[in-house]
Amino acid sequence: MASEVLMPSSPSEAVSLFGDGAATTVIGGGTVVMPEITYGRLAPDRVLLLTNAGLDTVAVDGDTITIGATTRVDALAELGIDGLTACAGNVADGEIRSQATVGGNLCVGQGHEAPRGDLQGALLALDATVRSTGSDGERTESLETFLPHRHARLVLEVNFTRPAASAFAALEYPHTHEYTVLAVSGTRTADGTIRLAATGVAGPGARLRSAESAASDPEAAGAAAVNDVTFADDSLASAWYREQTLPVLVRRVLAQLEEST
Amino acid sequence: MNLTINGVETPIESGPLTSLLDVLREELGITSPKAGCEQGGCGACTVLVDGEPRRSCLTPAASVDGAAITTVEGLGTPENLSPVQQAFTHHYAAQCGFCTSGMMMASQAYIDGGGTDDREAIQHALGGHVCRCTGYVKIIDAVAAVVRGESFDPNVTAAGTAMTNLGGMA
Ligand SMILES: Cc1cc2nc3c(=O)[nH]c(=O)nc-3n(C[C@H](O)[C@H](O)[C@H](O)COP(=O)(O)OP(=O)(O)OC[C@H]3O[C@@H](n4cnc5c(N)ncnc54)[C@H](O)[C@@H]3O)c2cc1C
Ligand code: FES
Ligand code: FES
Repeated sequence: MASEVLMPSSPSEAVSLFGDGAATTVIGGGTVVMPEITYGRLAPDRVLLLTNAGLDTVAVDGDTITIGATTRVDALAELGIDGLTACAGNVADGEIRSQATVGGNLCVGQGHEAPRGDLQGALLALDATVRSTGSDGERTESLETFLPHRHARLVLEVNFTRPAASAFAALEYPHTHEYTVLAVSGTRTADGTIRLAATGVAGPGARLRSAESAASDPEAAGAAAVNDVTFADDSLASAWYREQTLPVLVRRVLAQLEEST
Repeated sequence: MNLTINGVETPIESGPLTSLLDVLREELGITSPKAGCEQGGCGACTVLVDGEPRRSCLTPAASVDGAAITTVEGLGTPENLSPVQQAFTHHYAAQCGFCTSGMMMASQAYIDGGGTDDREAIQHALGGHVCRCTGYVKIIDAVAAVVRGESFDPNVTAAGTAMTNLGGMA
């Protein structure tokens, strides 16, 4: 059956067409949804296609940055935040980064065989807040609170403060199209607070709070980090392998943050 | 819907969520974009959308309504190959040819965007494209040659370049 495809031409129209979000499939860049449709795994009745919704504005007001949900992954590099640039540059390849959106990266479900949603880590480390709409109307909350409840929400924008320093480290993989096995993002704020987050773990990206508390001692922080997450066990890597490598990535990120003092 | 394909304005009848790849191949019979993986992972379907390289398999038709699309059919003609097509032929950058359309479109975008002949930069620009035949070296040779403005006789193949680049074994 043919889908009903709605193409809002403003953010407010997108909000009203999304309504309570029930039975509506959102398409941002489509880099995840399109293969699902092409291969017949998804036959949505009602689609909200955000191409012309005007949700792609990036506003920089001093150190406060607000990015619309359909901002392209490759546009993040222009913000000049090292950790975010490196994290975004690690997503797929240039052609996909110029089509894939931030909202899609935050809302993507778990892959069948690999974790995905790399930007979640960098944005958690930036302590970003998310403005979204859904059955109980509009809501602004921390990304950390949002991620477990992101289904049937329409992301409108993401907001964060420019950090004093930021860093990113990921396990290298052989080809641009492999998903990230494991990655760690970190930031240091002007008052010296360190925030760390990981992606490639089980479920969405996660803050590494025990590691943050031990941040002044990178060895201890690395060791503590394994208590902050559950490790995915999938076609990319075993949970054991991820557990061995998370401390290494935490140490690398802390070293990068230290260097940019 | 409407697309300007290789300069010709064309009404589109496929549904709004049909991939641009299927619009081109199935509705319009433009077969240079290849249906490789149809999930974004190979680059065989890349075309230019308003000058930017895009995976046509990941692109819903409605999202590019009104756009200008360029495919290999819009590069040159068999009698008058474009510089990229000439270079790919001369440098033997195509073997089975399945990746070649996508490679050429991404190369064209790289060159149009002011790309240099730096091999790493070319590799980066073509990084999303899989080739199972050439080993990539000759594709990079071809793109670098176009950037340098070299001209070639497409009927003559530059033998041995890959070997030379791999350490002078030829
Ligand atoms: C070859 C290939 C390689 C990839 N490599 C990586 C990688 O290395 N790292 C990575 O993180 N990802 C990767 N991806 C996945 C994907 O490209 C990214 O996650 C991308 O950011 C998804 O964004 P999109 O706009 O294209 O998503 P879409 O396909 O449009 O949507 C993805 C999901 O999010 C929902 N959605 C989209 N926008 C919104 C919104 N505003 N509000 C609420 N829900 C929304 C959709 O309903 C859907 O469930 C890869 C994909 C491909 C094809
Ligand atoms: S067919 Fe589109 S990327 Fe493979
Ligand atoms: S020439 Fe055969 S895949 Fe590239």
